[in-house]
Amino acid sequence: MKDQEQTIEAKQVAFQYESEDGSSTPVLQNVSFSIKKGSFVSIIGHNGSGKSTIAKLINALLVPSEGAIIVSGFSTSEQEYLWEIRQQVGMVFQNPDNQIVGTIVEDDVAFGLENLGIEREEMRKRIDESLAAVKMSAYLKSQPQRLSGGQKQRVAIAGILAMRPSIIILDEATAMLDPQGRKEVMQLVHQLHLEEGFTIVNITHFPEETLGSDRIIVMEQGKIYADGTPSEVYADVEGLLAIGLDVPFAVRLHHFLQQHGFSLSTVLDQEELVDELCKSLLKT
Amino acid sequence: MSILQNFTLGQFVPSDSFVHRLDPRSKFLFLLVYAVVVFLSNQIWLYAVFTAILIFSLRLSKLSLAYIFRGLKPVWFLLVFTIILQLFLTKGGEVYVQWGWFSIEEDGVRQAFFIAMRLGLIVVMSSLLTLTTSPMDLTDGIEKMLGPFKKIGLPVHELALMLSIAIRFIPTLLEETDKIMKAQMSRGANFESGGMISRAKAMIAIVIPLFVSAFRRAEDLALAMEARGYRGDVGRTKLRQLAFSYRDGLVIVFMILMVVAVGVWRV
Repeated sequence: MKDQEQTIEAKQVAFQYESEDGSSTPVLQNVSFSIKKGSFVSIIGHNGSGKSTIAKLINALLVPSEGAIIVSGFSTSEQEYLWEIRQQVGMVFQNPDNQIVGTIVEDDVAFGLENLGIEREEMRKRIDESLAAVKMSAYLKSQPQRLSGGQKQRVAIAGILAMRPSIIILDEATAMLDPQGRKEVMQLVHQLHLEEGFTIVNITHFPEETLGSDRIIVMEQGKIYADGTPSEVYADVEGLLAIGLDVPFAVRLHHFLQQHGFSLSTVLDQEELVDELCKSLLKT
Repeated sequence: MSILQNFTLGQFVPSDSFVHRLDPRSKFLFLLVYAVVVFLSNQIWLYAVFTAILIFSLRLSKLSLAYIFRGLKPVWFLLVFTIILQLFLTKGGEVYVQWGWFSIEEDGVRQAFFIAMRLGLIVVMSSLLTLTTSPMDLTDGIEKMLGPFKKIGLPVHELALMLSIAIRFIPTLLEETDKIMKAQMSRGANFESGGMISRAKAMIAIVIPLFVSAFRRAEDLALAMEARGYRGDVGRTKLRQLAFSYRDGLVIVFMILMVVAVGVWRV
């Protein structure tokens, strides 16, 4: 545990899927980054850019072909730390239906705890706590098919919280939700980040979702294309658009206005843009 | 959405009757013993006793008779069929009716009565089990009862988990079937008309997409389970716990009395 500050470290990671005929397709090449404890990091990129592979590598569901990933001081390549790592790193997947194991909410939240071998009394306590944290206490005995997509994802998050992890990875967890569900989930995640100090890694292809994060990593064809704060990353609008990534609406509009000769200072979201526009109006 | 709106898992009818609150293990055991003694009995008056036991259990379960008859529906045909077979084909004893080749004789009537009683009693008693026990309790009960077979390498935990995951995904897959059916119908598929063969062929358009998605779901679920630290039965605790109560004691005592009584009076 030499370095508490960095909770996830990727050192020159390469990964490839071996296909049956022996050939391999590289998914990640020479990827290095380190994520500070308690930070909120977004990873964006196309389908096939390797962003979901990163999530699976952090949770030791996959092991790097080259290089190493260190999570809370444990290398994911070493089998003996597998269960510690999976307890530390909670993962929320894309499809809300395909990650719920239990026939009722309570059973599902208990699943991870049962795997950890937690005592029954303690389980009860943690189930109640984590369902309260995601505001789903009223649904303790509900069947999952009676819940909305956003509610299912919140139950999935409760299942992870109960395991007391330090890192939560959302692997396109909002991709299949309606705008309402997406809002519910993102609000909850931000709240968990701010109030409980969880390290959050949000893998997404919605640029708007990345705005609230401390840092954005842009993946392109298995490599890191850009890595920095939102204002740093979105300063390169041309580059992002060139690799076919969308940028938040406000950023795009700002860029467009600047191209047409309006001088405005950098903005990220709509409110900043509105302020900036008002200011420039007042000046003229 | 019509199939989903009034969909409950299995046939389970929730309530808090005496029978509902029994441990699934004692219900299983009772059903098993009841089936065996019913099959072994050969006295008409014993069947009167078994029928009385059945009626008493039904009363205890507080279920409406409609549910019970619904449970009998699928075996109705089988029941009538075996009665007719027994009636005409079993020979012996006094001849009641003679119609050229056909005859109904004393042993035939007796056998037909026994078979009908046996089938009827056992079917109703077992539907009582599924009507009063939630699917999760059923799987837990099975897991616990098969527990001893782990020693000879039976994957009991895995079987129970498979069963409960299957139960969990029934509604999901039903919903999916509904969706696929509508999607295919909007593309001109016809599931309602035509003969048996063309209808069966039309089902392929539902079954194949359903299978493909079920496999994808299975893969996703396996990944999600691993991510949450699933590693089989090793060092695993359980939230759900089964517990015997005085009710189960009563049932077991009653069961033993029943076995002894049948043992004594059978011959």
